[in-house]
Amino acid sequence: MAEPTMAVREGSTPRDEPLMSVRDLQVEFSTSAGVVRALDGVSFDVRRGETIAILGESGSGKSVTAQAIMALLPKPAGSIVGGSIHYAGRDLAALPIGDVRRICGTEIAMIFQDPLSSLNPVFRVGWQIAEPFRKRLGMDKQQARAKALELLDRVGIPDAGRRIRDYPHQFSGGQRQRIMIAMAIALEPKLLIADEPTTALDVTVQSQIMKLLANLQAETGMGMILISHDLGVVADVAERAAIMYAGRIVESGTIRQVYDYPAHPYTQGLLASIPSTKAIGERLVPIAGAPPNLLALPTGCSFHPRCPYAVDRCRAEIPLLRRPDGWEPGHVAACFRSEEVLAHD
Amino acid sequence: MTDRPATPILRVQHLRVSYPIRSSVMLRRVGENVAVSDVTFDVGPGETVGLVGESGSGKSTIARAVIGLVKPTAGVIEFDGRDITGHSPKELKAVRRQMQMVFQDPYASLNPRLTVRDQIAECWRVHHGQLPRAQWTERAKHLMERVGLNPDYSDRYPHQFSGGQRQRIGIARALALRPKLIICDEAVSALDVSVQAQVLNLLSDLQDEFGLSYLFISHDLSVIEHLSDRVLVLNKGEVVEQGPVREIFANPRDEYTRALLAAIPVVRPWLETPA
Repeated sequence: MAEPTMAVREGSTPRDEPLMSVRDLQVEFSTSAGVVRALDGVSFDVRRGETIAILGESGSGKSVTAQAIMALLPKPAGSIVGGSIHYAGRDLAALPIGDVRRICGTEIAMIFQDPLSSLNPVFRVGWQIAEPFRKRLGMDKQQARAKALELLDRVGIPDAGRRIRDYPHQFSGGQRQRIMIAMAIALEPKLLIADEPTTALDVTVQSQIMKLLANLQAETGMGMILISHDLGVVADVAERAAIMYAGRIVESGTIRQVYDYPAHPYTQGLLASIPSTKAIGERLVPIAGAPPNLLALPTGCSFHPRCPYAVDRCRAEIPLLRRPDGWEPGHVAACFRSEEVLAHD
Repeated sequence: MTDRPATPILRVQHLRVSYPIRSSVMLRRVGENVAVSDVTFDVGPGETVGLVGESGSGKSTIARAVIGLVKPTAGVIEFDGRDITGHSPKELKAVRRQMQMVFQDPYASLNPRLTVRDQIAECWRVHHGQLPRAQWTERAKHLMERVGLNPDYSDRYPHQFSGGQRQRIGIARALALRPKLIICDEAVSALDVSVQAQVLNLLSDLQDEFGLSYLFISHDLSVIEHLSDRVLVLNKGEVVEQGPVREIFANPRDEYTRALLAAIPVVRPWLETPA
């Protein structure tokens, strides 16, 4: 079991096959107040060169999805209780944590929201960026440093030759995120998971970082899972979007399908909540109520208490993702009344 | 707001805040770091003034100077017609009943050892005679509900809430004393969009109801555009442009303002591409 498996690194996927395929993923947290199902039946695919955006509000399970993939669920509280995460012919959900971490170290990389807390304050950034080259590829210090310098250049840190000797606190927030991105792409991962990568940054920096991510993806052809609460930030970069609510994917499709023809009342509500140039000074149309307590989910569709379309059936049955006749392929929503929701728009 | 009221709630004139740079051994003053320089603006009754800029632009420093958390190096701050620039902490306490603040970091601004109910009720404890003790719980629960929190959670502690929920506790607390001016320092930045819209609506409802004024600080230009009557664009401690929000967003004259506006993420970029 502890044998390092080199076969995993060689595992290549045919072009049309999904790079990663998450099926019916279920994650539970045990808390003092009871067992919380943080993810329930989450399924999606990521192909190489493709960006999928996972969108949702706090508590919707978007970050838990990333944590489950990377085996970063807080132990012992959180665990995967069902479903599978297929990657390169293996099921990450069934593998021991050590093996998953080994795969994640080289082939799946992740960047987090807060770059300062993900960097070690007492080491120079060059040393930290070079770490995967030393640890994983066994390069010597000089080689690793040269690679680190190359990476810093590539992510757009000006004067990289001098800055490589600086400590994390000497960089601005945007530069720190660039450094995190440099570390993430160091070993040329096949899949990059970015959990709210620009949330902590200024708007002008935010658009630069998103551009950087898009460019790097175009160069390397890696798959990307972009997790965000901001529907605007991902619109330029992602091809497909999955909207999450209370641990389930409630709608997914291409970005344009989902944004232009929202088929789930929640998606529609989210889009209406965004302050826009067209309605200055007018009242926003928020979604009524608050996201549900995961410990006491409503019966049936967990969105029904906030939903203007809810009928009796919504209170009794949990709707599954479906594509009714006449919709474009790939656009699915978990709502009994999607036809009315679409017609309404 | 086209006709400006004669007596503004808040008047800031030529505000300058700087921090001395001292030599390492003798602590001689060798220079100064200017956080904000020559900022002048008014906030009228029932008016919302937005301060927008990136991190380090001095927006929070202005808020802190207004509420008396940092001492201005120069300039005058008047609240409700009175100069409060040189007020003692005791005098400021009376002013602060009318001037509340919602901070950027909700966890740092909440006491981890107080329940939400006590957190909100602390305002009434500190400012005697605002509300009879018997009504504290009921009123606190009511406030929780108004900011989108489940009132059943009034006995919980801050660590049991998410970041967004904590920020809402802070907003509830600021509303508790029914102030004339609320300074919102990134108050809605941590909230989810659907709830952010609720809070933005709530803020404008409260404004209509009580004639509240807001000094609204945000890095989010869409929020500023939505809520503000007038806006000040700050860059590196200086006001680069100020005026009615529609005018500035429609015809930004300053180059920095233009760069800032161009960076706003657009929800449906395909609708905006020039034909």
